[in-house]
Amino acid sequence: MLAAISQNGAVMTLAVSMVQALNAALRDALRADDSVVVFGEDVGALGGVFRVTDGLTDEFGEDRCFDTPLAESGIVGFAAGMAMQGFRPVVEMQFDAFAYPAFEQIASHVAKMRNRTRGTVTMPMVIRIPYGGGIGGVEHHSDSSESHYAHIPGLKVATPATVDDAYSLLREAIDDPDPVVFMEPKGLYWAKAETELPARTAPFGHAATRRAGDDVTLVAYGPAVKVALEAAEAASEEGVEAEVIDLRTLAPYDDVTVAKSVSNTGRCVVISEATGFAGIAGELAARVQQECFYSLAAPVLRVTGFDIPYPPPMHEHHYLPSVDRVLDTINQLEWD
Amino acid sequence: MELPVEHLDENRVTGLLPSRDPVRLIDENGTLTDDDARGGYQLPPAEMLGDAYRRMVMGRRFDTEATALTRQGRLAVYPSSRGQEACQVGGVLALQQQDWLFPTYRDTMSLVTRGVDAVEALGLLRGDWHCGYDPMRERIAPQCTPLATHAPHAAGLAYAARRRGDDTVALAFIGDGGTSEGDFHEALNFAAVFGAPVVFVIQNNRYAISVPLSRQTAAPSLAYKGIGYGIRSEQVDGNDVAAVLAVLTDAIDHARSGHGPMLVEAHTYRIEAHTNADDAGRYRDASETAVWIPRDPISRLERYLSGAGALSEEDIRRVQESAEAYAEDLRARMNVDPVVRPEEMFEHVLTEPTPQLRRQRETVSGLSADGG
Repeated sequence: MLAAISQNGAVMTLAVSMVQALNAALRDALRADDSVVVFGEDVGALGGVFRVTDGLTDEFGEDRCFDTPLAESGIVGFAAGMAMQGFRPVVEMQFDAFAYPAFEQIASHVAKMRNRTRGTVTMPMVIRIPYGGGIGGVEHHSDSSESHYAHIPGLKVATPATVDDAYSLLREAIDDPDPVVFMEPKGLYWAKAETELPARTAPFGHAATRRAGDDVTLVAYGPAVKVALEAAEAASEEGVEAEVIDLRTLAPYDDVTVAKSVSNTGRCVVISEATGFAGIAGELAARVQQECFYSLAAPVLRVTGFDIPYPPPMHEHHYLPSVDRVLDTINQLEWD
Repeated sequence: MELPVEHLDENRVTGLLPSRDPVRLIDENGTLTDDDARGGYQLPPAEMLGDAYRRMVMGRRFDTEATALTRQGRLAVYPSSRGQEACQVGGVLALQQQDWLFPTYRDTMSLVTRGVDAVEALGLLRGDWHCGYDPMRERIAPQCTPLATHAPHAAGLAYAARRRGDDTVALAFIGDGGTSEGDFHEALNFAAVFGAPVVFVIQNNRYAISVPLSRQTAAPSLAYKGIGYGIRSEQVDGNDVAAVLAVLTDAIDHARSGHGPMLVEAHTYRIEAHTNADDAGRYRDASETAVWIPRDPISRLERYLSGAGALSEEDIRRVQESAEAYAEDLRARMNVDPVVRPEEMFEHVLTEPTPQLRRQRETVSGLSADGG
């Protein structure tokens, strides 16, 4: 519990960062279930380069939270073997682009094991990946790789945009009988919220409406939710009320909430930091068009990263979806 | 000035190295080898060798039948392990009930040797499902078709079992080509660092499809790859089932008793092409294969056991008869078309199918009901 308990027993809320919420989720999961183990690079004494595993080795011992050799494929493959013996590994990939060596293990084994064995061998594991940009990271430290994982059947892909969701979705991911790629938006790691932990929010597969509005639906997830909310406030000043949907999980994907919103607003912009071509945003746009065609007053548009390798830090503000780009895009939605 | 490194412990280093030549207990003529060739290993008991003989004959018959079934279109493809019977059978017989086997696509013979029903064992290659047997019941991981990616699983499973207090050992088969893959090295390293009770068995059959061993490695032997990871290693004549049994029994004991992983290279030869769909004539000369025919693991053991009075003509006939009956039963059952339900494609992807998967399942169901 991060919330302080006052002398009369009332729970008081504290400002909690997303990193602290993730740390609390791991701590509570380790406490709740002996089969949960946390491992990866620098997760032990250091507590992870982002401190998400801070203090876990101290509290639970080397058996429960430990450092491994520096080899991502080995980490995920080793976790798959442990899962076959009933453990629930939670492994950390240090950065988005450093998770690529593990891609074959994730795509060919973790995602497929349940299917290829007709459900007899399951992979209840979580692969945590800090992702996304906006932190001034040098090359290979800012990729938005979520589309790669969402494209693989057999995986669930979750990505929180709020502190409460960081806690709740991670707990749910660890309890899930299926493998979960848990994408943590680095840009929101230090964002704080007044909350009480443990928090429980809606389960996987349920998008959240972060802001109500009747004129246009902004669909976002992870780091883009903050941009969407800021753009919605700016648009409101110009008389356009935007509804902001936070997907929370990319797989499973909540068709219903998105379609319901767009059917009401008749306009939709999808916002994603990832490179646009062949990505999640395109999939979302296609689905919206398919399900809401007769309600649409304008084509579904996207605001995404450009189709270039993630730029050097001095260029990244041009690359990332910004409030201005979202507002420009809203303006293109056939308002006349 | 002294560097802050540990002094090299010569004994530790030499203790990791394999014997200079592959361990061999019975030579190609069926004669017991001398002490030098034995590398300190003892000949397994006669009953165990008799059992190995019977299983190798059955295994080869299974392999021959599977190849025939491919020609009849009953299997999508079959990678033969003909000539590798000593590894397939020796590896399995060295295991105990609680142990786990991590096979590759070429190790179907090891599955049936361990007791998997032959039709279930051929599930992957027939194509009615990816894995035809229950891995948890058989304690055999699904056959791995990507190279060496199952090696980290074996390390992780062995480590996890030890943490649970079980005395389970994992044995992972890898080919010579697989030793070039990163996952092979990561698996060895993880196993060594975490002291996982796993035995990696390289069946060096000299070819990765068409590419010869010389293009995979410049190491003196693949067994030398263990030393860089601090793993005790051994090399063995992979066509001598007595030596394979002796070396792997020792390796498994080593792992089970808490001394960490072991690496064993078994020198053998892929007599057939990569699969029925491959043409070995494009990359190797028949004269090369011919050299390996007299090194056959079955005839060698047959000669030894017969000479030792442990195998009569009648015994041989009886083993062959049961192998024929086994093949006949397999053939009959494989000639029945398997019933596949297209809906099953959607049923095991996730514990709970998503709404989208349910809709796709209904679509396929509707199409198949329409005869589409």
